[in-house]
Amino acid sequence: MFIDVVVRRIVLALSIAVLGVFAAFAQTNPAGPQSRTRPTPTVFPSQFEFAGSWAPLGTEDVQNDSVPVDYLGLALTDEGRTRALSYDESQKSMIERQCQGWGAAYMVLGPFGLRITSQSDQQKRLVSYTIDAWEDWMEMTIWMDDRTRPSEHALHTQAGFTTGRWEGGALGARTTHLKAGFIRKTGVPLSDQATIDWRFFRHGDLLTVLMVARDPVYLVEPEIISKSFRLSKTPLDFRDPCVPGYEGREPGDDVPHFAPDQNPFLDEFMKLYNLPREAVLGYRDTLYPEYRKKIKNTYVPPPPCTADCGVAGNFVRRRAG
Amino acid sequence: MRRSLAAIAGVVLVLFAVGGASAQRQGSASSSSARDLAPIDLTGYWVSYVTENWRYRMVTPAKGEYRRIPASPAALPIINAWDPVADQRAGNQCKSYGAAAIMSVPGRLHITWQDADTLRIDTDAGTQTRLLRFTDRAPGDKSASASRPTWQGDSNARWERVAAASSTAQDPAYAAGGSLRVVTSNMRAGYLRKNGVPYSERATVTEHFDVAPLPDGGTLLLVNTIVDDPVYLNAPYVVSPHFKKEPDGSKWDPTPCSSTW
Repeated sequence: MFIDVVVRRIVLALSIAVLGVFAAFAQTNPAGPQSRTRPTPTVFPSQFEFAGSWAPLGTEDVQNDSVPVDYLGLALTDEGRTRALSYDESQKSMIERQCQGWGAAYMVLGPFGLRITSQSDQQKRLVSYTIDAWEDWMEMTIWMDDRTRPSEHALHTQAGFTTGRWEGGALGARTTHLKAGFIRKTGVPLSDQATIDWRFFRHGDLLTVLMVARDPVYLVEPEIISKSFRLSKTPLDFRDPCVPGYEGREPGDDVPHFAPDQNPFLDEFMKLYNLPREAVLGYRDTLYPEYRKKIKNTYVPPPPCTADCGVAGNFVRRRAG
Repeated sequence: MRRSLAAIAGVVLVLFAVGGASAQRQGSASSSSARDLAPIDLTGYWVSYVTENWRYRMVTPAKGEYRRIPASPAALPIINAWDPVADQRAGNQCKSYGAAAIMSVPGRLHITWQDADTLRIDTDAGTQTRLLRFTDRAPGDKSASASRPTWQGDSNARWERVAAASSTAQDPAYAAGGSLRVVTSNMRAGYLRKNGVPYSERATVTEHFDVAPLPDGGTLLLVNTIVDDPVYLNAPYVVSPHFKKEPDGSKWDPTPCSSTW
């Protein structure tokens, strides 16, 4: 009887030891617990549903159009900088320019959402996607049928000519045949030789649009912008097309402009936030981490924010007067 | 007595049997590790290319400014009380280098496989290390949060592969691809921006790492980042910093955390 009790205790001790050994194994195994619980990758279709209404999120500062001279985040050529500084926003008050609209890049630089539809042929093969127009942005068609790109001498438009294809679970597209226009509403130019590569990623209800704009005339390095949109359950409401009206300028008036070295707004943004001149004017070096180290000992933070400091102030507050 | 001896023998047998099965399972798992299954290559050196949110990343924004961040009313006293010198004195100089913010801090990343199932991200800015573990643990579960919160928290990673395209697609570019999804929790409370816009210990960060070709033959890394915080955010805070791939680590320049710069 006594021996039986002893043996039972030995069995119990052995059982506990077994459990202990396994617990320790799970914790100390160099491959870690993950080898026991390693997930298999989630597999997604090679194409996602692109059509739909996508609302902008507004948490990223990509517009840079609240003050006339804000070229932060750009790598401009000297020619591009000079042309940008010569721009006067009053040009948009000229009746013939009011409805000129903005180029393809405004898809991510503008404040609007995306309303996307798909078009198929009679065999239900996808022919194109269309991103609907806003009041100041032309409709863009992404041709998905492997059609040939037109001659470089073909018509250039604000929206350009875009072809796309699915690549690794993302939709890739390239826009050419752009009309000479702007990459920022503040007059930073984009030439008709520019090319824009797009990549659309979808993760759940989020659509992230990556834009890589190249321009041999006005950009030293590509302008890269990524912006996210959330799937909207209700279709986005777009306003009516632009209707020109009298804004104080008569047909035939001079085109408003500044001499580049006399732009009255040149220093405004720099003074507002104590920003370095070369950053505000779009010099390439300012896009890389080394630049942050370069200005470490000279940068003076601006005074504390006192008005419109939060979401309501997403547009930069300009000083009165 | 005989029954007891049989019981001991049984326990020993179970020990060997289970141990053997475990070893077998380990063996089969290592043949399809996360490293083996990677649909995209994230390893190498990457440099921030700061073309968006410049004023909030490259310089320290004004105290009290939190534009474009959906901060909750609970965050406002913290935003307005931000004191970088006090943070530095208290040893909290890494508050703006936590997992919810680190990818937006201008700098370089060095991404390597620490082991077959752990992707490691080192940052030269703030000399931080993130370990992205390919496990099935749900964020916030007991085992994941048993340890003390850290700046970089616990990161669970999962590949999201793309199924092979239809047979009509002849181009090999159609076939390959995918994305890395990472969910991070158990972080120490930190700052979304250098000027003290807070996130709490209850925050969760969901990231998608995607790569895209650049026209010059280079590669771009895009990190779509969603920060959810029931304490200091009214809505998710979404940003998507991007990085260019570099050929080597010759520009790697580790610098310590700083609360003042």
